[in-house]
Order: sequence, then structure tokens, then C-alpha cells
Amino acid sequence: MIITEKKTLEEVKESLKTSKKVFILGCGTCATLAQTGGEEQVKEMAQLLSDKEIVGTVVAETPCDKRLLKRDIRPVSEAINAADTVLVLSCGVGVQTLAELTGKIVIPGLNTKFLGMTERIGEFYQRCRACGDCILDETGGICPISRCPKGLLNGPCAGHMDGKCEVDREKDCVWVLIYKRMKDLGQLDKFREFRKPRNYQISTAPQQIVRSSSK
Amino acid sequence: MSFVSSLEKSLATSKFTITGELTPPKSASIEDLLDGAKLIKDDVVATNVTDNPTSRVVMSTLATCHLIEKQTGLETIYQITCRDRNRLALQSDILAANALGIKNILVLTGDYITMGDHPEAKSVFDLDSVQLLWAIKRMQEEGLDVAGKKLKTPPKLFVGAAVNPGLDPIEPEIIRLEKKVAMDTKFAQSQCLYDPAVLEKFMNQISHLDVKILVGITPLLSAGMAKWMVKNCPGVIIPDEMIKRLKGAEDKVQEGIKMMVEVVSEIATMGVAGIHVMVPERADLVAETVKAVKASGVV
Repeated sequence: MIITEKKTLEEVKESLKTSKKVFILGCGTCATLAQTGGEEQVKEMAQLLSDKEIVGTVVAETPCDKRLLKRDIRPVSEAINAADTVLVLSCGVGVQTLAELTGKIVIPGLNTKFLGMTERIGEFYQRCRACGDCILDETGGICPISRCPKGLLNGPCAGHMDGKCEVDREKDCVWVLIYKRMKDLGQLDKFREFRKPRNYQISTAPQQIVRSSSK
Repeated sequence: MSFVSSLEKSLATSKFTITGELTPPKSASIEDLLDGAKLIKDDVVATNVTDNPTSRVVMSTLATCHLIEKQTGLETIYQITCRDRNRLALQSDILAANALGIKNILVLTGDYITMGDHPEAKSVFDLDSVQLLWAIKRMQEEGLDVAGKKLKTPPKLFVGAAVNPGLDPIEPEIIRLEKKVAMDTKFAQSQCLYDPAVLEKFMNQISHLDVKILVGITPLLSAGMAKWMVKNCPGVIIPDEMIKRLKGAEDKVQEGIKMMVEVVSEIATMGVAGIHVMVPERADLVAETVKAVKASGVV
């Protein structure tokens, strides 16, 4: 899922400096699971912004889906219209979808951090960079693109120590993990293969997919 | 047989080759560094010139190499890392190196950017060191750039890489060296070595590889430095005895150099091609260490 993190209250208040009437929108999917934009966090934010007039709140099921967001804001459209600003507690996709739909001034209440795995409540780990060219079959099911700071493709640099990364000694060197996993799987021959430079052309922003069947 | 560089010739014809290392200045003036180059000129076959080492901004390696060679006559080994340049910039610098008469290149991945003095900068790593070695091989052998476009005159450089015999686990490092050698890496300079037993084991593990090993030698200047290195430098293993000797020594620098001479005498018979002497910011100590090694008659 998309892992988000709350912006500090100071930062949110600074962004809302000139706003008087605020509507707060949460996310019923990823941000709810990350405990950053669910019912509870929306309610909490409304209380923290006691100096503003909170004209309404809603937790949309999936703010990144334009159709579902449109459906979910219809019952609160009057309140949204009355607001001068919408504070959105979702990833950046939800913030932009809401802006596109309503044309309102939108303020992000969260920072979008990464595509991650949830280990337990409040513990998330980056596992994917959406690079557009998955090579997990070549690396024992462990992603070096998202988990090696240098994104190396041909094995570990010489910076690992006790299996930890040179950039952060609290984090595992992913290439040592890949080596161990592939050794266990009997795939060292594959580990030895030279991997050519990546094709970054395929991931040039902005990415879009428009299937011919949907046209 | 003709050689691309004095370094290549020395590795092919001498029993023992010694290289040094200089760090470009964090300055717009090269003068102090040229003094350093002159200090070590007669002691080493060639000197590495580092590339924004530990991710700190210093003078461009390429320009530093050129100025050292032009103004002192000392041959350089142009270090190039993948951290600060994408494949376009790397290739244009390699072409320029050749045009400037630089003859040796040492390819590194590079320390991560947050370790240096511009931790907020964007790091590149478009290529990794093995891929850059692949690119250089393609440029030199096929006369093609990474994209497959023809080069009118291909570069001709003597190519090296780095290796760290003290890493644990060591097998991924050996596999990586195998990849580098497959990309025509002719020599590899190692991380600082203090425990000859570590090297002996490593040399046995890479006996199938046709690559000249220059062992990293950095005299320990104090017990504090030794402890710092063990804690912070991957693959650096320092025997307790060395730290004890440093603590007890009156002249710690001389003791540090003496211990390196002892290490060199032990490793000289292990099938290595020579040593690579590094003392950050202290060209005088590079010269002194090399002179001590030579005077001892161990090589």
C-alpha cells in the first residue's frame, strides 16, 4: 500500500494560515490502514484546528479513484462549497483528485512516503519504487531498486558491515539479503549474472496507462 | 609489447608495484596538491586521484589528473565514481580523459551522498561500477558508446577497480570481482589491510582470476584512528596487537609506518602485484611509508 506520514501540526497550520473555513477529507483505504487519514485522524485534526471553522468532514472510501471520490463527496458537496480550503489526509494522489474534481484550494495534511509493506500497526517498510520494470525474479524476490540506496544491480558495494548498509547501520544491506536468499534457493548462478544498465526511458514521468479497451 | 601506461608496464614487468593516492583540494588552486605530487613522484609508479571522496566536494578529478601530469610528470590513475554523473557525463569525461593523455582509470561505485558534505543533494547511480566497467570495455573494444553509437576514436585506458578482502560475507565480493574481471578489469586496489591472514585467505579464493592486486596500505597514526577505522570502515580488520603497540609507542607515526613495513613483508609472498599507499591529506606520509618499505628491502 501507499505509506503516508502526518505533517507536523505547525506545518499544517502554516499552510492554513489564511484559511477560515476548512473542510477535512480523509482516506478510507491506505491512509486509514496507515493511521494517518482514517476516521480517527480526521476527527483529531478537526479538534486540533479549533481556531478554524470546520465546515465538514468525510472519509472517502478511495480518494484516488475519481469515480468513488465523486460519489463520496456528493452528500457533503454543500459543506465543501462553503469551505475556502480542503485539508486532505491522503496520499498526494487523493489530494490531486479532489482538486481536479472540486477546483478548491487543497492543502496536503500528509507526506506520501513510499510503497510499503505493513509489518504491524505503525511499522512500515519500503518494498517497491514503481520502477516499471520488475526484476524480482532475478533477485530472489527481494527488491534492490527500492531497498539499496544506490539501486545497485550487480551485487553489494563494499560498504556493508555486519550485514548492514553503509548509509544506515540500522538497516540491512539488501544485497547481502539477496545473496543469502539466492544461495538458499540454489540460485547463485543467477546471482552471478551481469545486469546491464537499466532503461529509464520506460519510467519517464508522467506515467499513464490508457488501455485501448477503455477508450 | 607496448603498454598503455607506466602502471600497466610496471604490473607486467616489475616484481612489485607501488601506487599512491592524492585527494584534489577543496580549493580553486592546485598549488598545494602539486607540492604533494612532487613529494611522492619518485616513490610511486602512479597516483590515484580521488573523485569527491566520501562525497565531499573537491576539485574535479579529471582537471586535477591533467594538472598533476602536466606540471609534475607524475602518472595518474583517474578515479571515477557513479554517484555524481549519469551515463552521458561519465562517458564524456572518459573521452576527455583520453584526449588529455590520462592513461589509467579506476572505476568505483562511490560512497553514498548522505555521507559527505552535501547530504541533501540528489545522488545519481545511473550505472553501478560493474556497468561502468562494461561501458568502458564496450567503448574501448567495440568503439561504441553505451547506446551503441559509434565513437570516431575509441579511448584506450588501463582499467582498474576496487576490492575489499575483509568483507563478511566475502562471497558476494568475490562474485563482484569476477564480474569486474569479465569486464576487462586488469588491476584491483584493495581496502586498507592490516591482517595478512585476511589477505592470504582472499588470495586463495581469487586464484582463478587474472587480475593484479595492489594491497591497500595506510599507516595507523594513533590507537584512536585504528579503533575508529575498525568501527567505521567496512572490511578493515586490525589485530589487537597493533593497537597495543600504537598505545605504547613514543612516536606513533613511526610505529605505524614500521607496522606497515612488517605487513608488506608478509604479504609480498602472497601473489600480490604490489601495494597502494593511501594517507588522506598527507602526501609526505605516503612518501615516507614507501621509502620505509623500499629501505627495508622486503620487496
